Amino acid sequence: MFDGYTSTELMSIFAMQGFAGLSLFSVFVLMALGLAIIFGQMGVINMAHGEFMILGAYTTYLTSGFFQSYLPGLFGGYFFIAMVLAFLICAALGALVEWLMIRHLYHRPLDTLLATWGLSLIMQQAYRSIFGAREVGVDLPEWMMGAIQVTDMVDLPINGLFVMIIALSVAVGVYLLMYRSGYGKKVRAVVQNRPMAEGVGINSAGIDRATFALGCGIAGIAGAAFTMIGSTGPSSGQAYIVDTFLVVVFGGAQSLIGTIVSAFGISQAQSTMEFFLSGSMAKVLTLLVVIGILMIRPEGLMALKVRR
Amino acid sequence: MKHSSLMKWFVSREGLYYLALAFLLVVLLPLALDPFRLNMVGKYLTYAFVAIGLVMCWGKAGILSLGQGVFFGLGGYSMAMFLKLEASTPEATAIQSTPGIPDFMDWNQLTELPWFWEPFHSFSFTLLAVIGVPVLLAFVIGIAMFTRRVGGVYFAIITQAIAAVLTILIIGQQGYTGGVNGITDLQTLMGWDIRTDEARNILYFICVGMLFLCLFVARLVQNRKLGRILVAMNAQEMRVRFSGYDVAAFKIFVFCLAAAFAGIGGALFTLLVGFMSPSFIGIVASIEMVIFCALGGRLSILGAVYGALLVNAAKSGFSESFPELWPFAMGALFIGVVLAFPDGLAGLYKSYVMPLENKVFKRNKRKTVPVVTRQAAEKADDYSPMMDTYSPEKS
Repeated sequence: MFDGYTSTELMSIFAMQGFAGLSLFSVFVLMALGLAIIFGQMGVINMAHGEFMILGAYTTYLTSGFFQSYLPGLFGGYFFIAMVLAFLICAALGALVEWLMIRHLYHRPLDTLLATWGLSLIMQQAYRSIFGAREVGVDLPEWMMGAIQVTDMVDLPINGLFVMIIALSVAVGVYLLMYRSGYGKKVRAVVQNRPMAEGVGINSAGIDRATFALGCGIAGIAGAAFTMIGSTGPSSGQAYIVDTFLVVVFGGAQSLIGTIVSAFGISQAQSTMEFFLSGSMAKVLTLLVVIGILMIRPEGLMALKVRR
Repeated sequence: MKHSSLMKWFVSREGLYYLALAFLLVVLLPLALDPFRLNMVGKYLTYAFVAIGLVMCWGKAGILSLGQGVFFGLGGYSMAMFLKLEASTPEATAIQSTPGIPDFMDWNQLTELPWFWEPFHSFSFTLLAVIGVPVLLAFVIGIAMFTRRVGGVYFAIITQAIAAVLTILIIGQQGYTGGVNGITDLQTLMGWDIRTDEARNILYFICVGMLFLCLFVARLVQNRKLGRILVAMNAQEMRVRFSGYDVAAFKIFVFCLAAAFAGIGGALFTLLVGFMSPSFIGIVASIEMVIFCALGGRLSILGAVYGALLVNAAKSGFSESFPELWPFAMGALFIGVVLAFPDGLAGLYKSYVMPLENKVFKRNKRKTVPVVTRQAAEKADDYSPMMDTYSPEKS
């Protein structure tokens, strides 16, 4: 498949596709982080995660519209406010969903999967009724347009770079929260041994709710970032959900580093192969390789070692 | 079964349930509905095959597969490939640049039939493939996953990914598979036109017949020791393993059984509907199949049939009059069935209708079942939900 390319051409193809892969990587990391902390903490698969992401995207869309009509002078900075709003709205909805639905189902993880799927259907149709079936996009502020030219064949779009920076900051933020804060200590205690954690006075139900809300909030940030590189439709979230699940499972359910590594591997493999094969075959091959590896190593790349 | 005991079974309570279903499907619906509606009922019934498989696989053994559409699709595509080849005779396709190959291949500049299409000229091979291909795939997946003790949520996610892969593959390889339109324009089965009302009626009855055959097989499995082990595995997998049973083998078996049912359903679907396309087998379609089983009651094979009928009838009803409301109803159904009625219709039937029934059957019962024999206990267990023993995932 490399016939007919010189080595310099190949290098720049890899660089370009590598960068294109990086924006896919950013979306994967942002979505997978939220999913991974929920899954790692409670063993719950949130099928509506993609719809939470889209909620964040629509929040950003509405905020940009608001700034355009009422505060055009501050338009350059609307994104940061949108991101905070997206986080708060999604986290609040997440907490509500946890309280109404998820907490009744902790001992039946497969049923959670079905219930959250139902939730995702309802949310999708709600978006379709409110915003219409057509995809919407936001206007980028001036400073986010254009590209940085690195060599004559490689240039890097600024919005892609920006999304990547957000993804990495969120990843660092989650790391600090999980490993350098009192809350994180409690979360890890509950993950490792729930009865013992409860025994020393940790409110595990409260931790569950906070974690679910946090995961949904991060999905909201993912949605806000998503609007920077693509347009948003009612079912955009569903397009990513299977990939994201695989990222999480492939990375090892309770490992943040594993999640990031697997997001990187999957996005890079997919985007590099896309150049040489058709898009659909690239995806099929990537998914098949991931499924194959998971069959050999079901616990994922980096599994937390827990005595069972 | 001896003749007299067979008669006894038919007038027993369980036998009457089966008779009632048979009466509904064989007498009532064909009399009440016009051929078009009856054909639609037949289409819904093909989903009941998948739902029965899911009862065995998910309800009894606790293995949730979100990829049953894959097996449904493999069965359906096998049948569709045979019918398509029959429709693509060199005479019928004389205007193509390569006569004798299916029309979509010609549109995609293929000049000869791909190798994996060749065997589908033979009807007996096709019948074998309808069951064999899904079972083979299920067997491979099962060996890879269950012997490594992958289960629960992981298994669900991976089967879902397999459904995604198959759909992307079919849509992407348009020249070999018909792409997003699927395999359409199917006309005859061994020279017999399947598009007439009369043929569709006959196919409907074949479908009902096959359904009862599958119900019979499922009932056979669930009432033997095999079925008890499946249920035990769901509740206490470790104890079953420590008792010396090969848990992985039982899981592979029940997963293959579900795949075989789904394959049969898919093939009948192709015959009844007249085409097959990737939209019936993808992630969304596959997860909808789970709700048929969940609504009927995940432990009841008869409930699964009613669940498939009801959900699909509701879906057509809503889509005709309020298409935008259907996703809300479907979503609410998913949440409601999980949160409020985990035992589905069969559970509701058991708690509300059975007490009334008991009054009718009281006289009978005193005569025939003085002590609770093993068979009686098993029979009673057909509708006993095991929800309280649902165990947390151990994977």
